[in-house]
Amino acid sequence: MNAPATKHFRTDKFDFWSFFFSGLTGLATLFILGILAAILVNVIYNGWNGLTWHFVSSIPKKDFFDAKTTGVLPMIIGTAFRVIVMTIFVIPVGVITAVYLTEYASNISIITRIIRAAVNNLAGVPSIVFGLFGLGFFINFVGKNMDNLLHNSSAVWGQPALIWASLTLAVMTLPVVIVATEESLKAIPPGLREASLALGATKLETIWRIVLPQALPGIMTGGILAVSRAAGEVAPILFTGVAYFMASLPGRLSDQFMDLGYHVFVLSTQSPNIEQTRPILYATVLVLLILTFALNIVAVIIRARVRKKLRAQS
Amino acid sequence: MAELFMPKLNVPEGKNSEHTALIEFADLSLYYGASKALKNISLTLGEKVVTAFIGPSGCGKSTLLRCLNRMNDLIDNVRIEGACKIGGHDIYAKDVDVIELRKRVGMVFQKSNPFPKSIYENVAYGLRLHGVKNKSELDGIVEKSLRSSALWEEVKDRLHTSALGLSGGQQQRLCIARAIAIKPEIILMDEPASALDPIATARIEDLILDLKKEFTIVIVTHNMQQAARISDQTAFFYIGELVEFGATSKIFTNPSQKRTEDYVSGRFG
Amino acid sequence: MEPLKKNNAPLGWMGIHRGHQARPVEWLAEKLIFLVSLSAIAMVLLIFLFVAREALPVFFGETNTALVQQIIPTAELDKHSDAEIQRYLELTPEQFKNMDKETLKTLMDVKIEALNDVPENFRNDPDAHVNTTDWKYLLKAHQWNGYDQPEYIWQPVGQIKKFNIIPLFVGTLKVTLIGLGFAVPLAVGAAIYVSQLARPRIRETVKPMIEMLSGIPSVVVGVFALIVMASVLQKIFGYQTRLNAFVAGIALGFAVIPVIFSIAEDALTSVPRAYTQAALALGASRWQTSWQIVLPAALPGVFAAAVLGFGRAIGETMIVLMVCSASVMSWNVFDSARSITTTIAAEMAEAVNGGPHYRILFMLGALLFAATFVSNMIGDFVIHRFKNKLEGKR
Repeated sequence: MNAPATKHFRTDKFDFWSFFFSGLTGLATLFILGILAAILVNVIYNGWNGLTWHFVSSIPKKDFFDAKTTGVLPMIIGTAFRVIVMTIFVIPVGVITAVYLTEYASNISIITRIIRAAVNNLAGVPSIVFGLFGLGFFINFVGKNMDNLLHNSSAVWGQPALIWASLTLAVMTLPVVIVATEESLKAIPPGLREASLALGATKLETIWRIVLPQALPGIMTGGILAVSRAAGEVAPILFTGVAYFMASLPGRLSDQFMDLGYHVFVLSTQSPNIEQTRPILYATVLVLLILTFALNIVAVIIRARVRKKLRAQS
Repeated sequence: MAELFMPKLNVPEGKNSEHTALIEFADLSLYYGASKALKNISLTLGEKVVTAFIGPSGCGKSTLLRCLNRMNDLIDNVRIEGACKIGGHDIYAKDVDVIELRKRVGMVFQKSNPFPKSIYENVAYGLRLHGVKNKSELDGIVEKSLRSSALWEEVKDRLHTSALGLSGGQQQRLCIARAIAIKPEIILMDEPASALDPIATARIEDLILDLKKEFTIVIVTHNMQQAARISDQTAFFYIGELVEFGATSKIFTNPSQKRTEDYVSGRFG
Repeated sequence: MEPLKKNNAPLGWMGIHRGHQARPVEWLAEKLIFLVSLSAIAMVLLIFLFVAREALPVFFGETNTALVQQIIPTAELDKHSDAEIQRYLELTPEQFKNMDKETLKTLMDVKIEALNDVPENFRNDPDAHVNTTDWKYLLKAHQWNGYDQPEYIWQPVGQIKKFNIIPLFVGTLKVTLIGLGFAVPLAVGAAIYVSQLARPRIRETVKPMIEMLSGIPSVVVGVFALIVMASVLQKIFGYQTRLNAFVAGIALGFAVIPVIFSIAEDALTSVPRAYTQAALALGASRWQTSWQIVLPAALPGVFAAAVLGFGRAIGETMIVLMVCSASVMSWNVFDSARSITTTIAAEMAEAVNGGPHYRILFMLGALLFAATFVSNMIGDFVIHRFKNKLEGKR
């Protein structure tokens, strides 16, 4: 080989297209990160001063636009309440479905494929359609029929209520739990299942004693992701349980409730004086953002912890 | 009483002719979907005998082994023809409870697969499954099993630490302890030492020779020396067919088939 | 027989003959698990059924909004067929079935009172005589009384309710397309950068950060768009109305960027390394490899990402609701727009439960469900084929 040929291997020549292409895609990435940063900085900067203990812990009077007396305690409690009730429904159903899909079903069977397609579709249904479903099914069908049977047709369940909002959200977040659980079930080495079965364990015993303990971090992550998604959603609860204002905290499943996300919407669009409500609006947004992000971080921490524990001992 | 009706094994020049037959494959064929993975295997194995299945990869020796505790049931699309009998009972009969069968036919896998639990819990797992709750009884069986698998001295001070902290060879011996804790009658071993270093392998082999007093052992191996060292009988398989079966000494010194000779002398495989 | 006989007597092997009936709990649990796993299918069906159920009267022309109608005197209840009465009183067959004669008569009295209550000036208005929930008025432009030309109008309030859904379709498409036009290039560009060009350490940090964007609730994005972005964009582009379809579209873009990014990134990474290495070995530069080898190979996946992004954008509610909401029949991006989701969210509270407005909102929901169903199917189908092809299955 002669000397000039080797020279081609050196990359000291400026390659315009390479520079242009990496630059453009890099800029796109930077721009997206910029958006994220802009939203976070904007919310924190404007919301920080309003975020006082008084604000977080007080129950507002009728006029919650008044910056001096207002608070968001009922909204925090309402959001937490609806999300907890949702979890009680969605986790068992989601986990059992994932167990069926990975442990029992054969991948080639038609029913499995239909279930998977349904899960995929459920994940893509617009949140407002879930709201309509909650109204049409839970309130107008289930609730009204419950009233006819149990309460002599007086309206107890056949109206917007916390339980209906929670159930609607449970249907909405079902795919999140299923997908996360399925992922963690698939990550368990098949050798463990074989070992248990070869010792004469039944399938159920194997799932209960070996598979599920191993999948716990994945299940928890799925649950927390579902919670964090549901906590920020407003559209599905609009017609199924949220209240513009309530003087008392929700205590029963048939109560309506106030909600952080909905409160953000109300403050930003229904305020009589936009400039005056801006500080409390931003403070409320900050509370909502902290809650949803904190949940995400908690998910990460729990996952790491449970994994460490599992590694060490049963 | 039943042993009166058991056929005597007809091993030409083996030392095991006094053993009763325990396992019998009768014209057994196995299909994965449309392809036939085992072709009309007929074979009788004696009780408390170590039988080695040898042959090149893909010859069906592991598949045949997994017929004995019906692990093949876990795979979709597997179909069986013919019979596979243990103690005279067809284990593929309709009324057979697979769980009960697997309690009696233990298995050790190629890759050691201890549960991510403590050493103690690994051994106690099968016992708990089968209803042993008494703590002192559990302790006793766990210790005995670990002693039988020659692991007790190494782990007695850390029974409650994770089994995943053990070395590869120790893990495999733990798996053996786990299998023998529930007192199966037959132990299946699917290349139990293939992932281990020579020293760990030697320990496993010693262990197998020891266990043979109490258990009937069927071992799949691709290590010819290993088969020669530990087994009483050897079966040689080639692409789903049983080529030759007989006393190990005969298979390795004076095989009657040309293919067997080629394989054991290392000419292919 | 002792099933767990510990010694080696061959008789013990009889114990394996217990059959599957021996474990009823196991059997029952298996069936239960199967039943529960059907819940996802059940939910999709229920959603479709119950959203469509509330909308059915519109499809079958059973709603009637005409202010001036032929009055059926209460005494003539028996002279008319059940179907006629049911339609006259705007009841569902189910409701009708549950009512006795007395209730029906009361309802007829109420109806007569309502019909007699119509202000005198509407008696001569041709619009008061038509059923505005008829398909003709839902889809086609109509020259309403007092207008110079046929127009598409959505105006569900007032005496004569106008339910033309075309402006809502236009509004939805306008906002969605702006959102996608903004989000697709950015998200795909970032996906190329992260999956092909960035160093591993940058990839590890950037990926979760972009996914964090999807963790921001849409009301928060809405607030940001309403307060900050609207002003910034107005300064840059200098248009008149501060809140318009353009602002809403861009904000919508924020919400769909993470969706498109993660699917496109996944598709790009799943292109086998062998392709890239072969190209690099032939002396192609990194960008040439990405542009000429990886991107064409991953194109179906990128397309699917855009389709799924469309499904997400068309269904997003709160952002558009907060940023713009006037229903205007205009394709101008700097005009306001009202999307289908916004309409449902904003008007359901005012709609009378079971009334025509309520039913039309449900019909819009059913259409939305169908649209996202189709776009999800297409997206999933394309991704499935793409993955199979890469794995060499077909």
